[in-house]
Amino acid sequence: MSKIHVTTTVNGDEAEFLCEPRETLLDCLRDKLHMTGAKEGCGTGDCGACSVTVDGRLVCSCLMLGVEAEGKEITTIEGMAEGDTLHPLQRKFIEHAALQCGVCTPGILVASKALLEKNPDPSEEELRYWLAGNLCRCTGYDKIIRAVMDAAAEMRGEAA
Amino acid sequence: MALDGKTSDYKQIGTTPDRPDGLDKVTGRARYGADIHVPGMLHGVVVRSPHAHARIVKIDATKALALKGVKAVITRADFPEGLEGEDWDIQENCMAGEKALYDGHAVAAVAATSQLIARDAAKLVEVTYEVLPCVTNVDEAMKEGAPVIRDGAADYSVPEGLHPNVVRYFDTGRGDLDKGFAEADLVVEKSYSTEAVHQGYIEPHACMGQMGSDGRGEMWVCTQGHWFIRRMSAAVLGIETTKLRVTPSEIGGGFGGKTTVFMEPLSLALSKKAGGKPVKIVMSRSEVLRSTGPTASASMDIKMGMTKDGKITAAHGTFRMQGGAFPGAPVDVTTMLAFANYDIENVHHIGYDVITNRPRQAAYRAPGAPMAAFAVESTIDDMARELGIDPIEIRLRNAVKDGTRSTFGPKFGPVGLVESLEAAKAHANYSAPLGPNQGRGVASGYWMNWGGETSASVAISEDGSVTVSVGTPDIGGSRASMALMAAEAFGIAYEDVRVNISDTGALGVNEPTHGSRATYASGLATIKAAEECIGKLCQRAADKWGIDVDAVVWEDGAAKPSGPNAGDHDPLTIGEIAAEMGGTGGPISGHYEGSPTGFSGSFGTHVVDVEIDPETGHTTVLRYLVVQDAGKAIHPDYVEGQFQGGAAQGIGWALNEEYIYGEDGRLQNPIFLDYRIPVASDLPMIDTVIVEVPNPGHPYGVRGVGETGITPPLPALANAIRSATGLRMTGLPMTPPKILKALKEQGNG
Repeated sequence: MSKIHVTTTVNGDEAEFLCEPRETLLDCLRDKLHMTGAKEGCGTGDCGACSVTVDGRLVCSCLMLGVEAEGKEITTIEGMAEGDTLHPLQRKFIEHAALQCGVCTPGILVASKALLEKNPDPSEEELRYWLAGNLCRCTGYDKIIRAVMDAAAEMRGEAA
Repeated sequence: MALDGKTSDYKQIGTTPDRPDGLDKVTGRARYGADIHVPGMLHGVVVRSPHAHARIVKIDATKALALKGVKAVITRADFPEGLEGEDWDIQENCMAGEKALYDGHAVAAVAATSQLIARDAAKLVEVTYEVLPCVTNVDEAMKEGAPVIRDGAADYSVPEGLHPNVVRYFDTGRGDLDKGFAEADLVVEKSYSTEAVHQGYIEPHACMGQMGSDGRGEMWVCTQGHWFIRRMSAAVLGIETTKLRVTPSEIGGGFGGKTTVFMEPLSLALSKKAGGKPVKIVMSRSEVLRSTGPTASASMDIKMGMTKDGKITAAHGTFRMQGGAFPGAPVDVTTMLAFANYDIENVHHIGYDVITNRPRQAAYRAPGAPMAAFAVESTIDDMARELGIDPIEIRLRNAVKDGTRSTFGPKFGPVGLVESLEAAKAHANYSAPLGPNQGRGVASGYWMNWGGETSASVAISEDGSVTVSVGTPDIGGSRASMALMAAEAFGIAYEDVRVNISDTGALGVNEPTHGSRATYASGLATIKAAEECIGKLCQRAADKWGIDVDAVVWEDGAAKPSGPNAGDHDPLTIGEIAAEMGGTGGPISGHYEGSPTGFSGSFGTHVVDVEIDPETGHTTVLRYLVVQDAGKAIHPDYVEGQFQGGAAQGIGWALNEEYIYGEDGRLQNPIFLDYRIPVASDLPMIDTVIVEVPNPGHPYGVRGVGETGITPPLPALANAIRSATGLRMTGLPMTPPKILKALKEQGNG
C-alpha cells in the first residue's frame, strides 16, 4: 500500500512522516515521531489518554487519522513544559500527588490546560464535566481536581 | 509500639515530598509497556476465538504466511506438551489447545514487520471451529445438564455428586451453629449476587519479548511482578527460568490484574520462530476486557443470628463463585474473610469454585473480599435496622480487637477496626443533615495483607548518597515511600536517596507489588538493608578512630563516638566515610532477603451519602468518607490516594460495572463506552481519615493499605440506597434500571 507524506507542526517544530491512510494520529505520533507521551488506553475515544490539541482544539488522537494532521499545529504533553520550567499544572500534579500510576496523567494535563485556556476560573463541577472524558482508575479523581483548581488559582495570580 | 521503639520522633516518615518519578510522569517521558522501540522489532497480534466454547478443528495459516512482511505464526503446536496443574492452566489460557474455552481465548498469534501487517495477517489465519454449548452463569454452570467445560478439572476437595464444573470445595468453621441460632432473638437469611468486573487499568497489557534459538531471552513488560512473569513464561515455554531476564517498564495500573501472563510467552515464542527478532505485543482495550482479568462473579446465601442487643450469635455463608474456564475463583479468601470483622463464636462457611466459559479470573484488589462483604455487611445493616441500633454501634458491639480469635482461626494482634468505627462516628459526614430521597450507608471491610518473598539491596555511593534497589514495581508512589524509609534509617535527606526497580537479573526472587505488600515488605527490606550498611559505616569509623565498633553510634547521618572509652573524635558523616571507602575496605552495601511474616491486616469503615432520583433510579453519590488503619502512614498523600482509589473502584462495582454476556456467551460490552468505569463527574471529593494503630511486625509500624478500600463501598452503597428508598438491593450492580424497577414494584406492593 502506498504511503502518504504528511507535513505538520508538533510542539512548534516542523515534523514529517509517511503513513497509510488508515493510521491514526496517535499511532503516527508514537510510532513514527517516537513521541510516546500520548497513550492508547482504549482506541475508541473513551479514555482520553491520547489527548492532544490540534490547532488549539482538544482531540483524542486515536480518533483522528495521521493524514489529517497535514498543515495543522499539534501540541502534546512533550510540549507542555517550557525548557526546564514545568507548567503550573504539571507542578501542581506532583505537589498534590495527583497521579499514582501516571499513565492517564499526560492526557489529563493536556485536557486541563485546554480547559484553563478557555475558562481560567472553572467551578469544581465544570472541571469534573470537562474531565469526564479522561479516565483515571487509580485516584478517584479527588487529588486531580484539587491540583487543577490550585493550578488555575495560581495562574490567575491568586494566592493558594 | 513498633519493633525499634520508634513512635513519634520521625524526621522523614509522615512527610509528603514530591515523588522521585513525578517529573518523568508529568512530562510524558516515563516509559510504559507500549513505549519501547528497539531495532529490528516485529509486531505481534493475537488471533482470538469469537466463540465462548468451541472445538478447534483446524488452523490454516497459509494465507497469513503468504502476506509480505509476516515472519511467524504460532499455535499451541509450538508449545511443549506435558505441563501439569497450574502451569498447564496458564499455558492453556495463553494459547488454546483442543478447545476455545471463552470468547477472546487466544488460538494463534502472528508476528510481522508492522502492526498493520500483523493485524491484516491475523485476519487471514483461518480457524475452523465446531461450536459447543456454553455456560457463563455460576448457578447455571452447577446445574445438572449444564455443558461440561473440562471433565477432570475438579480436585480432591469436591464431594461426589456435584457437577464436574465444580472444581474446588471449601467447608470451614467452628462452634455450634444450632446453639448459636437458638440463642438469637433475630435470624435473617438472604441471598445476594455480584457480577464480574474488570480491574480496568488504563494501560493495556504490553510487552516486548526476544528469544534466540538457544532459548535465551529477554523481556520488557508492564507488570506488577517481573519474577512471576519470568517463572510463568518459562513454564509455558518449557525453559529454565534463568534463561529469561525480565525488565519491568513503568506500569499504568494493575490492581492485581498484572500479576500473571497472557500474551507475554507468545511474544517469546514468536520471536524464537522469527529468528530471534524482538516481538512487541500491545493489547487493544477489547482484548483486555475479553481475555484478561476480570474478577469472579458470586452467588451467595447468608444466615445470621443476633440477640436483641445486637450481639452476633451465629453466622453461616454459602458462596458460589465462577472464575472463568479454570480453577481459581478466590473462594478460599471469600470464605476466610466473609465474617472476619466480627467476634463470632459459631460460624460456618461453604464455598464452591465453579468453571464457566468466561476468561480466567485474575486477582483484583482484595480478591474475594468485596463479594462477601456485600452480602454480610448488607445483612448486618438490615438486622441493625430491625433492632433499632445505629449501624456503627452494632459493628462496635461485635468488632474484633487485639486478642480476638478470628473467624478464620488465628488470634488478631493490634488492629484498628474499633478505631476506624470511632473515627467514622466522630466525623462531620456522619451527622450531616439528609434531604428527601437521600440516605446514608455504613460498612466496614478488611484485608489481611501479605509479606511474601522479598529481596532488596542498598548501596552507598562515593559521595554518600544512597541507591535502593527493590523488586516491587512502583504503581502508586512506592519509590517515594522507599526513599522516605531509607532516608529515615540513615538520617539523611530524602533527595539523597535514589530508588531503582531492579530487573530479574539484579536481585533474588521478589513477589509482585500485590497483596498490599510493597510498602510493608520492600520497605522492611530497605530498612534492614540500610541497617546493615550502617553497621559497616560504623565499622569504618571505628577502624579510623582505632576504637571498638561497639563504641560507635549512628545518628543523623554520621558515625559518632559513644561511651566512656570511645575517646574524643569528630563525627564522620556518611559522605566522609563514603569518600574514603575505596581505600578503607571497598564498596559498602547492605542486603535483605526473606519472606517477612510480620504483616498485619488493615480494617476500614466507609460512610456514604446518596440521593436517588425517583424518576430515573439514578444514584448520585453526595459525599464519601474513608476511614482506614495504615499502621503508620509513610507518605500520607499516597496512603490517601489508595483509600480514594479503592473507594472509587468499589463505587463503580456497586453502581455501574458488570460483564454482560449474551446467550451466545460473547461479551457484549468490551469497550470503555459500554464497560463504564466512574468518571470525574460521577464522584464527589472522597474524604479520608488515616487511623494509625502501629503494626508491631514492621520497624516503623506499617500496614499495607492498598486493598481494604475496595471492600466496604459495595455494601455501603447498598445500605445507603436502602436508607434512601427502603429498598434492599441484593444484586450488583445497582444500576438505574434495576433501582427504578424495584421502586415501581415497591409502589405497587
